[in-house]
Amino acid sequence: MTTFATEVATRVNAKPADMNTTTPAKIHVRDFDFFYGASKVLHGISMDMPDKQVTALIGPSGCGKSTFLRSINRMNDIIPDAHHDGLIEIDGKSVYGGGTDAVELRRRVGMVFQKSNPFPKSIFDNVAYGLKIGGLRNRRQLNEIVEKSLTRAALWDEVKDRLQTSAFALSGGQQQRLCIARALAVDPEILLMDEPASALDPIATAKIEELIYELKDNFTIVIVTHNMQQAARVSDRTAFFMLGKLVEYSETKTIFMNPQQKMTEDYVTGRFG
Amino acid sequence: MVRRRIVSRVAETLCAGAVLLALVPLALILFYVLRQGIGALNIAFFTEMPKPVGEAGGGMANAIVGTLILIGIAALFAVPIGCVCGIHLAEYPDTKFSSVVRFAADVMNGVPSIVVGIFAYGIVVLPVKRFSAIAGGIALGLLMLPIVVRTTEELLRLVPAGLREGALALGATRGRAVFTVIVPAALPGILTGILVAIARVAGETAPLLFTSFNNRFWSTNLGQPIASLTVQVFSYAISPYEDWHRQAWAGAFLLVAMILTLSILARISVRGLEKMNRP
Amino acid sequence: MHRHFDDDIEAIKDMLLRMGAMIEDAISQSIRALLERDTQMAEEVIARDDEIDQMEVAIDKRTIELIAKMQPAASDLRFVATIMKITPELERIADLAQDVCERVIELNREPQFKPVTQLPQLAENAQKMVREALDAFVRGDAMLAREVIRHDDVVDQLTEDSFRALLTYMMENPRNISPAIRLTFIGKYFERMADNATNICEMVVYLVEGKMIKHAAPDNR
Repeated sequence: MTTFATEVATRVNAKPADMNTTTPAKIHVRDFDFFYGASKVLHGISMDMPDKQVTALIGPSGCGKSTFLRSINRMNDIIPDAHHDGLIEIDGKSVYGGGTDAVELRRRVGMVFQKSNPFPKSIFDNVAYGLKIGGLRNRRQLNEIVEKSLTRAALWDEVKDRLQTSAFALSGGQQQRLCIARALAVDPEILLMDEPASALDPIATAKIEELIYELKDNFTIVIVTHNMQQAARVSDRTAFFMLGKLVEYSETKTIFMNPQQKMTEDYVTGRFG
Repeated sequence: MVRRRIVSRVAETLCAGAVLLALVPLALILFYVLRQGIGALNIAFFTEMPKPVGEAGGGMANAIVGTLILIGIAALFAVPIGCVCGIHLAEYPDTKFSSVVRFAADVMNGVPSIVVGIFAYGIVVLPVKRFSAIAGGIALGLLMLPIVVRTTEELLRLVPAGLREGALALGATRGRAVFTVIVPAALPGILTGILVAIARVAGETAPLLFTSFNNRFWSTNLGQPIASLTVQVFSYAISPYEDWHRQAWAGAFLLVAMILTLSILARISVRGLEKMNRP
Repeated sequence: MHRHFDDDIEAIKDMLLRMGAMIEDAISQSIRALLERDTQMAEEVIARDDEIDQMEVAIDKRTIELIAKMQPAASDLRFVATIMKITPELERIADLAQDVCERVIELNREPQFKPVTQLPQLAENAQKMVREALDAFVRGDAMLAREVIRHDDVVDQLTEDSFRALLTYMMENPRNISPAIRLTFIGKYFERMADNATNICEMVVYLVEGKMIKHAAPDNR
């Protein structure tokens, strides 16, 4: 029978509550500006995102957080007329530098989108897509990585018996986890998530959030979210954007308990505008 | 309240009436062709050659095969070019070149088929001074081309932008994304477009009159004139012989059946595509 | 489904239990210091109070963080509220143990005065109530919690008894007044600890059943 004494005995040797240790910056941003044609949508963003942690980008619609996220893996390259100024580095190497190939970069920096976008292929082929275009043909290796990725995305048990069926047969939440598995399959270092749960119901959302929490052991994650509570729940650090500027960037608990800027305070308390 | 209901009822009635009015001619045509054609339809019609004037019986085997050959040539010529053009238009929609191509395709789509026939006559028949299956196929291909181009473009554009982003985000190049994700996603639709284009040109007569001409004999030689259902129906229909009239009806029925089947196939595959692209 | 929120809750529970263990030690050591006139042990208890205070601050911080980050609801919310109400009670108990020890040190400076009273029994009962209150919390046992609450009457009675005994000693001999008053205080401290244990148990009932039984009529408990 549990008593106070036995409970203490079993717990006393457990590791102490982990303190947030500072890890070196994985993504280093200095004075980053971004323009759509003549209009400037990001103004002098500077921030360091630590390795193997979750950084949340929050702010009202149109504040530039998504644009910023898409600058990290150069998804904005496909937009005509867009250009930038300033520096984004991953592991000290400039993302926009001459030596960096956007296609190569995107293999290292995976992305999950707001609306789940499985390809019109089987579940297996969806996950294997990145590997196949990377040149992997070995069936055994493909099988292995597909299983591992689906397991990591907490989807394996739900789909292992129907890998060859269309990805569209999955529910919305499952499709989103499939997209996460697909991104994980190419073994990126960084995972960018653009409102990955905004189209999902609360249960599916909770699953994605748990997944994010699990994944941060192995990946550096940057997540854009409209949902402040979600940012609070999943992230270690939070950046608050407003009108294309970075207003405040700090540990998540600081942002939500004791923000230093009036604007941040107004936003997180819902007193905004 | 009451007034609103009356207005609504009247409008509904008018709409239903208009629909019926549009359907009546279609139904009449189908019914009439069916009634006239079905009687003349028999195995011999599919397997036998035309008999000389005065002899009863015979069939249109050469014309059926000829039509298939002509359509095959047309597709062989129009589908690859049309698809490549369509992909280009969808991928680079805003360039000057694209708007020129798009405009050209629209104009071509509106050109009367007889004019296309004359064009093919001018560039293929005149230089070699001989009617040929090739010339007919090219004429039909020219008619197919704009349809294939535009449906390919439209269907590629229907593919959600997220798919392209998803592929790019996994490290696919632009070309890779197009050929491994976007085109496969639109493929059922593109095939539908091709079926529609085939259905459209299978019934053409005018451009064949002075390109592939006609041939009373069995021929699969692409350099020679070739028979086709439409031209055969045309020449039998204007002939004075009762037996040929009956055969013309059978040919007409076969054409309608072919086109109807193609249209229905296209319909079904569109439905399939919609299911695919609506997660 | 596993929730990492549960890990946070467990971590807080961990801290609270560790604090509880420290307090149990403090109580039993203060009782031994009293019975054995052990000044050194009393001083140890006093010295360790700071650790318990730090633990309280750490638990508060962690709990507020949890509220800020997780927006707990339903049983999670009751848990967090319970933690925030229990922690100060525990800290208060630790302070009382410290107070006991201070009085013990003062007593030890004077000639030994060994009255016959219910005081040891009172101390043990109070200690038992604190331990069972923590057991009730760990197990989420509302029955046990209610039992502990009822037991408070016994402690009150023992306090009254030992006070009367000490009063008699004081009336007998004025030289007894100084140590007897100190012992009266000590009796009061243990009685307070029992009250704090009662408060903890009321929160345990709230945690388990969502019922606020504090200040309620006895039938509604």
